[in-house]
Amino acid sequence: MAGAGGKNLNLKLKVWKQKGPNDSGHFLNYDANGISTDMSFLEMLDVMNEDLISNGQEPIEFDHDCREGICGTCSLVINGEPHGPDKGTTTCQLHMRRFKDGDTIAIEPFRAKAFPVIRDLIVDRSAFDRIIEAGGYISTNTGNAVDANAMPIGKAEADEAFNSAACIGCGACVAACKNASASLFTSAKLSHLAAIPQGQAERISRANSMVAQMDSEAFGACTNTGACEAACPKEISIENIAVMNREFAISSLKSRK
Amino acid sequence: MSYFSSSIGRKQIVGICGLGLSLFVLTHMLGNLLVFLGPQAYNEYGHALTSNKLIYIAEAGLLAILIGHVIYTVLLTIRNKNARPKKYAVTPAGEKKTNFAAKTMIYQGVVILVFIIHHLLTFKFGEEYEVQYGEVIMRDLYRLMVEVFSQPIYVVWYVIAVIILWTHLGHGFSSSFKSLGFNHPKYVKKIDTAGCIYAAVVCLGFIAQPLYMFMNN
Ligand code: FES
Repeated sequence: MAGAGGKNLNLKLKVWKQKGPNDSGHFLNYDANGISTDMSFLEMLDVMNEDLISNGQEPIEFDHDCREGICGTCSLVINGEPHGPDKGTTTCQLHMRRFKDGDTIAIEPFRAKAFPVIRDLIVDRSAFDRIIEAGGYISTNTGNAVDANAMPIGKAEADEAFNSAACIGCGACVAACKNASASLFTSAKLSHLAAIPQGQAERISRANSMVAQMDSEAFGACTNTGACEAACPKEISIENIAVMNREFAISSLKSRK
Repeated sequence: MSYFSSSIGRKQIVGICGLGLSLFVLTHMLGNLLVFLGPQAYNEYGHALTSNKLIYIAEAGLLAILIGHVIYTVLLTIRNKNARPKKYAVTPAGEKKTNFAAKTMIYQGVVILVFIIHHLLTFKFGEEYEVQYGEVIMRDLYRLMVEVFSQPIYVVWYVIAVIILWTHLGHGFSSSFKSLGFNHPKYVKKIDTAGCIYAAVVCLGFIAQPLYMFMNN
């Protein structure tokens, strides 16, 4: 299975298996032999699953979609680190060359009460969707698309908004945080919309309703450990959380709700 | 949603109370530096503080801030522990690992709380020796300090507790500002540095006192 110029690894995998949200789950050990260093982490799991299925065994269930680091569907906590050891990298972009022959790799799901396990390594991240539904949007009249330059936005503001908007909503921040807090995710969306003119109309109510939704989803609170920022595959800055704290404090003072 | 029941509102209260307590420990440390000037200076300072009626208001305020800091921290900690019922089998060791001081704030807080209670029982509510300077009879706190800090075990416990306070202040100071919304590339480094310097000054100032007492008496 070795790719051009690559070499093969023999690995031991310790994979979390869980039948459903109410199952208590356990680790299962697998041997992953002849894994090419050119493979991505998910390709390694694909190869494992092909073998398992052809041997009549249950495959390892995991989430994935784009496999190019932009959709936020892949997850996994690899040796304790969400999306594995590389900074600014999603699991689908992690390569097996990062590992050494004979390594033992522990693979766990993102663990949080708000992210119940659906099966094995797949967790339900719809709590994030509900936070967005609570206010992570702008209301606008439909019709013809507005001319791109009709609303002037300064370069600095646009860049700032874009940095926050780079969040792909994967949930690694929650997985990494010792409190399973969704602060980085929620704050990225709040900061994104607070930085641009389109976000101003609903700015006050947005901070209040998104934070209320975040709190109602059993996420923990932020203690500024910085684990989220370190784990984020898009390197969203923890500075966003301070923006959210400001937005929320102001919204609490101004909001009539 | 009510500010006081929201996770962010509670964090901000913990932060504000924490900053209030930080101000207190700084003044407490500075005032106590008078031990280096000898018994009279120290005892007269203590007497001036405690004979002022305003001390009751200050003490009540301080107690309220401490209670606010502790209660809201406990509420948040319960929330945080419930947010991850199932722990990870492996803790991150590489670039994604978390700073130890930041991760253990709550445990540091428990030790500090035990220390505060013990400290109050030892000094504030401890043995009432008396001394007279001129006409005035006052409490001889200096003598109590000499007595307490002549016991190595107490000195060791004091130093350990203050080192734990050091880590607590080191993270807590800058974290409080971040919870209140102050984190911006323009000044965040300055806040972090100020926090480090502040924590070091306060704690070294405190540690010097029992060590001086132990070695000089
Ligand atoms: S699968 Fe889309 S980001 Fe990894």
